Amino acid sequence: MNNKYEVVIGLEVHVELKTATKIFCGCKTTFGGDPNTHVCPICLGLPGVLPVVNEKVVEYGVRTGLAINAKVPNYSKFDRKNYYYPDLTKNFQTSQFDLPICENGYLDIEVDGVVKRIGITRAHMEEDAGKLVHSGKTISSSNSSNVDYNRVGVPLLEIVSEPDIRSSEEAKAYVEALKMILTYIDVSDCKMEEGSIRADANVSIRLIGAKEFGTRTETKNLNSLKALQKAIEYEVERQTEVIEDGGVIEQETRTWDDEQGITLSMRSKADAHDYRYFPEPDLPPIILTDEYIDNIRRLLPELPEARKKRLIEMDSLSVYDANLVIAEKFLADFYDEVRKSIDDPKLIVNYLMGDYYRELVAVGLDFSSSPVSTKDFSELLKLLQEKTISGKIAKEIIPLMVKDGKSPKVIVEEKGLVQISDTGAIEAIIAEVVAANPKAVDDYKNGKGNSIGFLVGQVMKASKGKANPGIVNELLKSVLDK
Amino acid sequence: MSITKKDIIHVADLARLGLNDEETIKYEKELNDVLNFMEKLNELNTDDVEPTSHVLDIHNVFRSDVVEDSLDVEDVLANAPDRDEDYFKVPSIL
Repeated sequence: MNNKYEVVIGLEVHVELKTATKIFCGCKTTFGGDPNTHVCPICLGLPGVLPVVNEKVVEYGVRTGLAINAKVPNYSKFDRKNYYYPDLTKNFQTSQFDLPICENGYLDIEVDGVVKRIGITRAHMEEDAGKLVHSGKTISSSNSSNVDYNRVGVPLLEIVSEPDIRSSEEAKAYVEALKMILTYIDVSDCKMEEGSIRADANVSIRLIGAKEFGTRTETKNLNSLKALQKAIEYEVERQTEVIEDGGVIEQETRTWDDEQGITLSMRSKADAHDYRYFPEPDLPPIILTDEYIDNIRRLLPELPEARKKRLIEMDSLSVYDANLVIAEKFLADFYDEVRKSIDDPKLIVNYLMGDYYRELVAVGLDFSSSPVSTKDFSELLKLLQEKTISGKIAKEIIPLMVKDGKSPKVIVEEKGLVQISDTGAIEAIIAEVVAANPKAVDDYKNGKGNSIGFLVGQVMKASKGKANPGIVNELLKSVLDK
Repeated sequence: MSITKKDIIHVADLARLGLNDEETIKYEKELNDVLNFMEKLNELNTDDVEPTSHVLDIHNVFRSDVVEDSLDVEDVLANAPDRDEDYFKVPSIL
């Protein structure tokens, strides 16, 4: 990019809340399903129906607001956002305009070790729209569209950032941080591939040092972190080129074409947003008492940042290790549970992120789909700590644990994998190895200290990996130095 | 504040209404009458009145998050102008 310019980005992130039913009716919110089977007169917008707000949506909205450091006003209401597009049958979307469920929050993100605060203007509740399946190859080349209204009315929270983001990396870090919090507070699955979290990117550029923002474009429906980054990078390059060529950026809505890797103009300026919002007459306002809000605050789980701080300060984990553990709530909870019985944080992290994680990846599982319980995982580490098994044996046991969820104790017994720490038994093996390898023994005695490594290896091999390596080393040394 | 012919055409366009010249003149007058009436209401002193966003004095009408039956797909599509299997079929928009 031309370094004369500064990039200014604001993101609107749409999050599907994980309620069982839609925001204004009892239809289920399950992803997919045969087309037009999760709909009723209310979400189809048939005349004469009365929408009623799902109380869980309000609760999740408040919970999110508190988790993103926002203010939750006592008074909130819904409005109609009017537009014509077949993704909604009513010709308006029920949303919130001037009195959203929360306002004025922020998130701290980290890029290249630098922490930066991104302001959050607001978060408001609204209904999702239906899905258009286009018959042609691209939107513009199709003659007709097929519409599936199953998704209409799935509760969304639209979280709007301030234009505080300055690069595609920061945009990615912001969405990742947001995703992490939303998963921790359990209000959304945040499955980008199923569209349960999608971003619109408002992008503009301006000369470095300029006070005024440049004209922005809005690129819609970026449903992967990669698409988000690539679309922003493309827009920055495109806008730079237009301006460098003496042109003017038009304020417009654009769409991301993943196949071609470019953004395309969707709506012209003539059609500029004129949504004629007005208060939704079918939905009475929402009044939240301080008590209600405080109750939700009290029940908030420990958030990722606090958790990271605790792991670094209390468990002396490195920033790197702490980041690994908190990246997924399931993993962080798993760690905490194991930590209750294992007093060695570093050992836990080493095994979680090392041999165990490698095995999960190898068999195509992840932490949450693995059959290994916290109890069995703790037991494995206990066996290691008590030196009943060696690290080498642990490596053999882990795949068996992952394969059929068996307890490590059972595996050790069944396979006879208990580590040999009995000095008598080890001395016998050493005697054999020493007798069979006179050359290595001579080398050692002639000052080639490293030939002891070869002898240790032979002893381990003869014991089928079961000898305690520490004891082998010690005993072998004393035999050779005699 | 008054509404001009340009406003009428813009609003009609947003509402996807095609108005002829006669209708445009008619609605320009009618909508201006409505606005004038609002101006009249504005003469009232409402300093001590809370803004109203809903006509009824009720709030927090909620339902619990419990799944109910959806419609049968044939009923869903009964009034569709056109369908393609179980989808609503609409003219391409963009």
